[in-house]
Amino acid sequence: MNFEAIRAIYTFEMARFFRTLAQSFISPVLSTSLYFVVFGTAIGSRIDSVEGVSYGAFIVPGLVMLSVMTQAISNASFGIYFPKFIGTIYELLSAPVNFIEIVIGYVGAAATKSLFIGLVILATSFLFVDITIAHPFAMLAFLVLTCLSFALMGFIIGIWAGNFEQLQLIPLLIVTPLVFLGGSFYSITMLPPIWQQISYFNPVVYLISGFRWSFFGQADVPIAVSLLAIGGFTTLCLAIIWWIFKTGWRIRD
Amino acid sequence: MSSIVSIKGLTKRYASGFEALKGVDLDIEEGEVLALLGPNGAGKTTLISTICGITTATGGSITVGGHDHREAYRKARGLIGLVPQEINLEPFEQVQNTVRFSRGLFGKPRNDAYIAELLETLSLGDKATSQIRELSGGMKRRVLIAKALAHEPRVLFLDEPTAGVDVELRNGMWETVDKLRQQGVTIILTTHYIEEAEAIADRVAVISKGQILLVEEKDSLMARMGQKQLTVELTAPIEAIPDALARPGLELSADKASLIYTYDSTAERKGITALLTDLPAAGLQLRDLQTSQSSLEEIFVSLVHQGDAA
Repeated sequence: MNFEAIRAIYTFEMARFFRTLAQSFISPVLSTSLYFVVFGTAIGSRIDSVEGVSYGAFIVPGLVMLSVMTQAISNASFGIYFPKFIGTIYELLSAPVNFIEIVIGYVGAAATKSLFIGLVILATSFLFVDITIAHPFAMLAFLVLTCLSFALMGFIIGIWAGNFEQLQLIPLLIVTPLVFLGGSFYSITMLPPIWQQISYFNPVVYLISGFRWSFFGQADVPIAVSLLAIGGFTTLCLAIIWWIFKTGWRIRD
Repeated sequence: MSSIVSIKGLTKRYASGFEALKGVDLDIEEGEVLALLGPNGAGKTTLISTICGITTATGGSITVGGHDHREAYRKARGLIGLVPQEINLEPFEQVQNTVRFSRGLFGKPRNDAYIAELLETLSLGDKATSQIRELSGGMKRRVLIAKALAHEPRVLFLDEPTAGVDVELRNGMWETVDKLRQQGVTIILTTHYIEEAEAIADRVAVISKGQILLVEEKDSLMARMGQKQLTVELTAPIEAIPDALARPGLELSADKASLIYTYDSTAERKGITALLTDLPAAGLQLRDLQTSQSSLEEIFVSLVHQGDAA
């Protein structure tokens, strides 16, 4: 294992994050605050409690997940796409590193960034609503796993993308709808039966449900199923990345 | 001297079917400066990229310091530093950070003293904390060299280090190469400028259409280049060279109207005066004189053309 290389990639990526610290934090905190004002206070005050939890508190796990997923994808995809775009990827390809080290460096940094942002949003939400976290360790574990798996997915997108439009394409066309329809702002039990059935094909449902369980002790789907879903998703992403480096797809002639 | 890089039967065929390398054999000696000379599209960059691991070889073998570039890629790559042709740098990054990153990537523990010294050697000492976008083109190229040397490699590949660079920068680059050579770094540089090969290389390899046409000591190439020809045009054609005039290097032209004398322009006694003095004694009168010299350029062009015909 080339630990120095992992450290070099990780610290280099984190340095980029800290250089733009203000942007990195202000934008998610601001947008979360806006969600709380609009959904939590303005609209939420007219909604009865959901599953025994006030609507303002109910949307907190969903909001954290929404930001964490989009941030993990955008950070990881940009992190590996940027060297490809400006050409510094040559250094990575000519260095004595294997794909595991490259992935740990880039995905680790992207996951760390999104974890920070997730925690900041969680902290912000305490300013707006009263929430107690039923299973804090499970909450943290879910958060970390989500950061990791979505950063892995972002890494794949970054390698696949041939230009900046494509870099935005999958997050915009697939991920954002899945996250919004995955129960960020509602319990899927509130949907008509047919839409509930369709929702079970959305992997994000399992993540948000599991995460919400760690807050309120109740969920749309059993917690074991949620864990299985996130584990399966992580494995799939790892398998794709392994194949990418084995074949050199989109990175090596 | 022993080979530090040994390439045998290397082939590269791109997915498009284009054959960029057609069985390259090349041994690079430790401590030498080898110029890889060839026209655009000859396969210079492909050869370097394949040695460094950026492109995957279709066939053949490469060892670096005795390590196979595939099976022992960590050891092989650890010995190599690469300066790419394009200036690929993150504009907002600090000089010292990007060099530090390169060192770490190659598995070396952080050593800021070494990096400071390296930047000093490359006249970048006062730019360590500058952002890369603030630097001039020549400085950026030196940053690329610093990155390539950050992990203390034994072999340095410079891909067209002076392409599109002005004369002053070019001379600065040549001085840098000379400094590195004195430190014992083996240097392979690609170029399509013959004068560059002449100025800094120990050996010259000529590559064209994916094949190495020649690998030769620069000095022996220069000696071949040092051959000059004196053409003595006579007032009237002659049947044969008179015995009184006969000497090594003197021939009669095909049309029998001129004498052609080939001599070494670097020799102390070239024999020109003697030849011209002996002309009247042999009963010949000269109408005109001209000299010509074969340049590396001519040798190069004829090699490349022979390669085409083969």
